[in-house]
Amino acid sequence: MPKAHGADAASSRLARAGGPAADLPSAPPRRGLVVYILRSRKALTGLVLLAVVIGLAALASVIAPYPSTEMHALDRFAPPGRSYLFGTDFYGRDLFSRVLFGFRTSLLVAGFSVVFAMALGTLIGVIAGYAGGTTDTAVMRAMDIVFAFPVLLLAITIVVILGPGILTTVLAIGIVYVPIFARIARGPTLVVREQAYVEAARALGQRAWRIIARHVLPNVSTPIFVQATINLATAILFESALSFLGLGTQPPYPSLGLMVSEGRNYIELTPWPTVFPGVAIVAAVLSFNLIGDALQEILDPRLRPTWTGA
Amino acid sequence: MQRYVAQRLLLLIPVMLVISAIVFSLMHLIPGDPAQVLLGFENTDPAQLEAVRRDLGLDRPVYVQYGRWLAKLLRGDLGTSVRTGRPIRILVAEALPFTLELATYALILAVVIAIPVGTLAGTTRSKLADGAMQTLTLFGLSLPAFWVGAMLILLFSVELRWFPVLSYPSLASSPLANLQGFFLPALTLAVPNAASIARMVRASMVAVRREEYVKVARAKGLREAVVVRRHMLKNALIPVVTLIGIVAGYLLGGSIVVEQVFAIPGVGRLGLQAIVQRDYPVLQAVVLMVTGLFVLVNLIVDVIYVMLDPRIRYA
Repeated sequence: MPKAHGADAASSRLARAGGPAADLPSAPPRRGLVVYILRSRKALTGLVLLAVVIGLAALASVIAPYPSTEMHALDRFAPPGRSYLFGTDFYGRDLFSRVLFGFRTSLLVAGFSVVFAMALGTLIGVIAGYAGGTTDTAVMRAMDIVFAFPVLLLAITIVVILGPGILTTVLAIGIVYVPIFARIARGPTLVVREQAYVEAARALGQRAWRIIARHVLPNVSTPIFVQATINLATAILFESALSFLGLGTQPPYPSLGLMVSEGRNYIELTPWPTVFPGVAIVAAVLSFNLIGDALQEILDPRLRPTWTGA
Repeated sequence: MQRYVAQRLLLLIPVMLVISAIVFSLMHLIPGDPAQVLLGFENTDPAQLEAVRRDLGLDRPVYVQYGRWLAKLLRGDLGTSVRTGRPIRILVAEALPFTLELATYALILAVVIAIPVGTLAGTTRSKLADGAMQTLTLFGLSLPAFWVGAMLILLFSVELRWFPVLSYPSLASSPLANLQGFFLPALTLAVPNAASIARMVRASMVAVRREEYVKVARAKGLREAVVVRRHMLKNALIPVVTLIGIVAGYLLGGSIVVEQVFAIPGVGRLGLQAIVQRDYPVLQAVVLMVTGLFVLVNLIVDVIYVMLDPRIRYA
C-alpha cells in the first residue's frame, strides 16, 4: 500500500476497520482457484480481453496492414474506413497498425517493469522480514523514503537522470513499484518465521535461503501475484503517461501514450488519432484490472480497494 | 493528542532532511555540467567555464555544496533559474496556486462523486446495481488521465463549446470564470481518484453493515436513511480518510499530466519545462516542493485520522 510514512499504522488501521488484514493469506487450494476463476464472469471477461490484446500485440507484424512507420502522404488524416480501419494520422500513417505495435510496447514495458519490481521487492521484503531486527527496520525505512515521493514525480526524476528510452521506462516504473512488493512480501514472512515448522527446519540446521525458498516463498506468492496483476494495469497507464509527457518511449517507436500526445495537436481537425490509441490503452488496462479485481474478490471476500498509479 | 501531533511534527525534520539529501544527490546524478548549460553549449572556453563553476560553488566538495544549498533553503532561498535568471522562489510562488487549486478542486469533485456512488453500491440489495457500479469504477480506474482530458476538451470545448478552452483567470478577481475554467481539468484529475475512493467507500460500507451498532440502530426503529447516514457512513468513512492521503499524492503527481493537457502554468508544467530546458535548479526545487507537500498532506491526514477515531492510540 503506497503511503508516505506510518504505513504499517495505516494498514493496521484498515485491518481494524475490517479492511485487508496483514495475516497469512487465506488462499484456496490451487485447483480450487481455477474453478473460482472460471466461475467469475469478471475474471473471464478480463481473460478474454487480455487474450485479444496479447494476441494482437504478438501477431502485430502479421495482422498489421502497413508497417507502423509507413507514411501515406496522400492519405493524411484519412477517416476510419476500408483501407485504414482506424484512419490515419498527420503523416498518413495507419492508426490501426500503430495501435497494434503500440500494444506491444505497452505490454513489454509493463511486463518487464512489474517482473523487475516483483523480483526485487519480494527479495527485499522476504529478507527484511526473515532477518528481523535492525536489518528489517533499516530496509523498511528505506522503502518508506521511496514511498514519500509522489510516484510519477519519482519516475520522471529517474528518467531525467538516465535519459529517456524504453529501458529507462522499465527501470523507472520498476523502481517505483519495488516498495509495494517489499511491503506485501514482508507481512506473511513475519508470520511464517514464527511457525513451528520453520523453527523445526532451523533446528535441523537448514540454511536460511532454503527455509525461505521452501517455506516462506510459497506463503508469499499469492498476494504477490495478485498485486502484480493490478500493477500490470497501472504500469500500462504509467508508461503511457510518461510517453505522453515525452519522457517514455521515444519516436519513432510506436507508443499509445505518444500517439495521444501527437493526435492532441490536431484534435480540432480530426479526433481519430487521439480517440483510438486511448481506447486501446483502456482495453489493455481494463483487462488486467478485471482479472486483478476478480482475484482479490476470490482470495479476500471482504474486497480490498484498488487504485491507479498515474 | 497534542503529544502525538508534536511527535509527528518533530519526526518531520529528519524526514525532510533525508528527502532534501536525496533530491540533492539525484540532481547531481543528472549527466551534464550545469556550468556548461549556463554558459551555452557553443562556448567552450575552459577559463570561462572554470569561472562559472567557481561562481556556482561547483568546485567545492559535494557535502559543502549540499550544506550551502540547505542553508539557503532554510532561509527560503531556492536559488535562481539558470535559464531566466529569476529567483526560483518567485517562479514557484507563481505556479503553486494553480497546482494547489487544481488538486483541491479535483479532490472535492472526487469525494463528491465517490461518496454517493460508493454508499449506494455498498448499501443496495440489488446485485445488478452493485455489479454495475463496480464495473463502472473499475472502468474509471482504467482511464489514462491525459486521454480523458483530451476527450473532455474535444467534447465540451471543441464540439459543444460549453467551456472556454484553456483560460484560467484568478480565483480572487473572477471566481465564477475561474471555477468554470478549472472544471474540466479538475474533473479529469478527479475521475480515477473518484473511482478508487468509491470502491473504498463501498468495501467499507459492506464491512460496517455487519456491525452490531447498525443492527441496534435498525432495531430501535430508525429510518433506513438515518441508519445509513448517521451510523454506517460516519464509521465507514474513517478508513477512507487514509485513502484520501494516498490520493493526495496521486493528485499532486497526476496534476503534472493534467497541467500539460490543459496548458495550466502550474508547478508540474514548471518542472517539465525545466527538464526540457535543462534548468536543473528549478527541477530540483519543484521535486522538493511537491514531495514536501505530499509528506505534509499525509501528516495532516494521519492527524485527522486520530481525531476521527478515538479508538486508535499511537504508541
